[in-house]
Amino acid sequence: MVAATPKAPIFDQVKVGDPIKPIVLPPISRHQLALYCGGSGDHNPIHVDLDFAKKFGFKDVFAHGMLSMGFLGRLVTSYAPRDRIRRLGTRFTSITWPGDVITLSGKVTGKREEGGEKLIDLEVKCTNQNGQDTLQGHATVAAN
Amino acid sequence: MQLDKKVIGHEFEAFSTTVEAGKVKLFCKAIGEEDPIYSDEAAAKKAGYRAVPVPPTFLQAITNDDPGKGGLLRLLNVDIGLILHGEQHYDYYAPVFVGDKITCQQKVTDMYDKKGGALWFVVSETSMKDQAGKLVAKGTGITVVRNPDATKK
Repeated sequence: MVAATPKAPIFDQVKVGDPIKPIVLPPISRHQLALYCGGSGDHNPIHVDLDFAKKFGFKDVFAHGMLSMGFLGRLVTSYAPRDRIRRLGTRFTSITWPGDVITLSGKVTGKREEGGEKLIDLEVKCTNQNGQDTLQGHATVAAN
Repeated sequence: MQLDKKVIGHEFEAFSTTVEAGKVKLFCKAIGEEDPIYSDEAAAKKAGYRAVPVPPTFLQAITNDDPGKGGLLRLLNVDIGLILHGEQHYDYYAPVFVGDKITCQQKVTDMYDKKGGALWFVVSETSMKDQAGKLVAKGTGITVVRNPDATKK
């Protein structure tokens, strides 16, 4: 399935509590971590070099927090077009390991007008196969 | 290990980098982003963009183009294996496009410890301006430093 750019949400049609359509990702692979190392320029070996990760007390390599934040970006841009994104932020609440199956989900938490724009506030998160949130984030998009 | 709060207010040297199409494609492959607006100029223009935009968190790849990358670690004098990413926030004022020349300026804005000094939190802000000098985004990151002394006790 090729993702398509969504249309901007219509402010008057959006209700607090509306869910964003969830996205279930394929399991995190070591290959994906290598791609993100190159693609993001985050060359911290702890994400791709098992020997290095063990030396610093980790059982395995683990996903870049920013890889998961990239997933949150995908979720938000599935809800509103890229040029409507005003804020995206997150706390990294637990580590994502290779093999983890991450679900992206979110909902509308608020509506407001600011600076001449109709804004929609969103809660967005990444949750692993055990039901544990790995990222707890928020976003703001501009509606029509 | 004791971190020095005197680093609060430290400003890193600004740098500029040009957003490359190939880097954006690799970034999209890594995060599984398949919307053609990030790879195909015709698709981007059809969607109303002046050029190929970058995904929201590609800003990290831009800041990682810093020729002085790792400056925060050197300033704190900690090993890269001891840090974790605590939080990241972006404010977007305008989209960034392939071909844009972005100037980044990072500064340390706060620093505090938790768990009796076992964890340190270092807050930094990065402003990003385009080739016209317009502020396009601001990034706020919290780096967590694991104090190796805390685990030895």
